[in-house]
Amino acid sequence: MSDVAPPSSAVDPVGAHARRPESPAVLTRRRFLSRVSLAMSALIGLVLSVPILAYLLSPLINRAPSAWITIGRVDQFELGRTVQVAYDDPSPFAWAGQTARTSLWLRRTGQESFTAFAVNCTHLACPVNWLQDAGLFLCPCHGGVFYGDGSVAAGPPPRPLPRYDVRVQGDEVQLLSRPVPIGDEA
Amino acid sequence: MRRLRGAWDWLDDRLGISDTIVPLLVHPVPRVNWWYVLGSATLIAFTIQVITGVALAFSYVPAPNAAYESLEFITHGALFGNVVRGVHYWGSSAMVVLAVAHMAHVFLVGAFKYPREMGWLTGVILLAMTLAMAFTGQLLRWNQDAYWAVALLSSMASRVPLIGNLLVDVIIAGQTVGQSTLTRFYATHVFLIPAAMFVLVGVHVYLVVRHGVSELPKPGKPVNPKTYRKEYQALLDREGIPFWPDFAWKDVAFALWAGSLVLLLAVVLGAPELGKPADPTLLEAHPKPDWYFLWLFALLAYAPPSIESLVIIGLPALMGAALVAVPFIAPTGERAPERRPWAVGIVAFLTLSVVILIYQGSRSAWAPELHAAVPASVVEGLQGDARRGATLFDQKGCLACHAVGGQGGQRGPELSTVGSRLSADQLTWRILYGGSGMPAYGTLLRPDEVTALLEFMQAQREQR
Ligand code: FES
Repeated sequence: MSDVAPPSSAVDPVGAHARRPESPAVLTRRRFLSRVSLAMSALIGLVLSVPILAYLLSPLINRAPSAWITIGRVDQFELGRTVQVAYDDPSPFAWAGQTARTSLWLRRTGQESFTAFAVNCTHLACPVNWLQDAGLFLCPCHGGVFYGDGSVAAGPPPRPLPRYDVRVQGDEVQLLSRPVPIGDEA
Repeated sequence: MRRLRGAWDWLDDRLGISDTIVPLLVHPVPRVNWWYVLGSATLIAFTIQVITGVALAFSYVPAPNAAYESLEFITHGALFGNVVRGVHYWGSSAMVVLAVAHMAHVFLVGAFKYPREMGWLTGVILLAMTLAMAFTGQLLRWNQDAYWAVALLSSMASRVPLIGNLLVDVIIAGQTVGQSTLTRFYATHVFLIPAAMFVLVGVHVYLVVRHGVSELPKPGKPVNPKTYRKEYQALLDREGIPFWPDFAWKDVAFALWAGSLVLLLAVVLGAPELGKPADPTLLEAHPKPDWYFLWLFALLAYAPPSIESLVIIGLPALMGAALVAVPFIAPTGERAPERRPWAVGIVAFLTLSVVILIYQGSRSAWAPELHAAVPASVVEGLQGDARRGATLFDQKGCLACHAVGGQGGQRGPELSTVGSRLSADQLTWRILYGGSGMPAYGTLLRPDEVTALLEFMQAQREQR
């Protein structure tokens, strides 16, 4: 280990070359190479980003279709009452656990008629609570209040509670699944 | 001995230790004070976050059906798990505090001015990333707060003009909140932002080396780009000290102190309890962010609905733009805080506002109180309708927003003495028609219930 090389600052393989006087022809070749290299780099980025972006955005591209889901039997629900119902995503991830479920407030308004409200407040999507005795939905976050029909009673919420489509098939109550109504989709 | 010496020479030559690294370590810097440790302390906090974060990732499972349980295991099952999680938790607080303090100091002593503008700008991006890390980190707890915070976040995102709904889709990415969300936030928190931060921290530190540590500001000695570099060099030649160890010992000492504090907090207080696991069917949630976002949380709650979207989207955009503009607004001129009253005023005003808002946010007086009961002392001695009114006051949700006898929400006026303030007509009117944040109870109460409530309200009088 006695053959210690000169200090690294003296080693300059590129420098010697670069210091050689340059003719315009060399310059053109260099410029050409640098442009080609840049273009190829851009191409590499482009080629790679297509599958990656598509993969990342796939949930937006492959939307789960809406489907009618049975959420209970008609006689399970008392007339005039609003109760919390939860249903499962029809095709959840195996690792979804509890998050495959969605809650909603279901109100039986007549023999064959139901109204389903999203639990998400139209203000900032906090979960609204139904106060049975008061007949009001109350939002715990900023005190938004909705009447039993989902219309705004007080507080910051700008719009009535979003609704889901519900129908009665035979003796079953069914719900048309949809993405969680947050934002304009509400 | 000779062999050892030879080995060292070989290494030194191949790695360039004496040639590149030692000069870097001992490069001259101006004599400065203790405030200059804040930057390196932020870097050390970042390093601690990386190390504890990697450690946590050894056990954390980023799947919605297991994340909460794996964190419970880390907190209560794993050897020293609670301490590691505690350090990561308190370390994040430390990092936010230090980064903000560092930025405030740089602002106050005008160290963002020529030629260090890029240092400031990279710092602004790093601060934004630090906050993004803090937020995404909270979500990884995957408890009720985290779950509903995702809903809250997407609801806020939906108000961004034009691309709002697209953002919601990107965040939620599916039919229900959470199935795809957790892994998205995990990848962002663990890979995406940290990778970007590594690069930016590198650039940030490189810029400090390139332009040098700013000298202490002197009143009456403005920055002049024509002469600045020359004067700075002259100052270094005259009274510069080697970075290591003359300057760096303060960095190390402060880091030791701050690090011990974080460790102490982690051991004594530990990481916060997780509470209930994320569950879309548990609607009794009151999501609240960690303390460093409480000011924004409070600001949102106080913003009148008409300008709310503006506050949600406009305010952060405005703050970002203002920070980016700083080095372009005042690239030269006085650096000393005593000559820059506006700078001092702005920092003082912002600090005060944030502290007050954080306090307000922690109280959340605007939120209704769902679990209050009318205190016995209030009901005591009430007969007939007034007594029934007390029960109705609770049942009909009045108590959620109005306190009587020290119990109940603080959203609406406190009603312990309302009987002395308002007449029966005024009271009836308020109950039936509501207004300013209160629902109209006209259709919700039977006439006899209104009478009972009225009796109860009138019984709430000043004690003589
Ligand atoms: S989220 Fe419901 S009132 Fe704000």
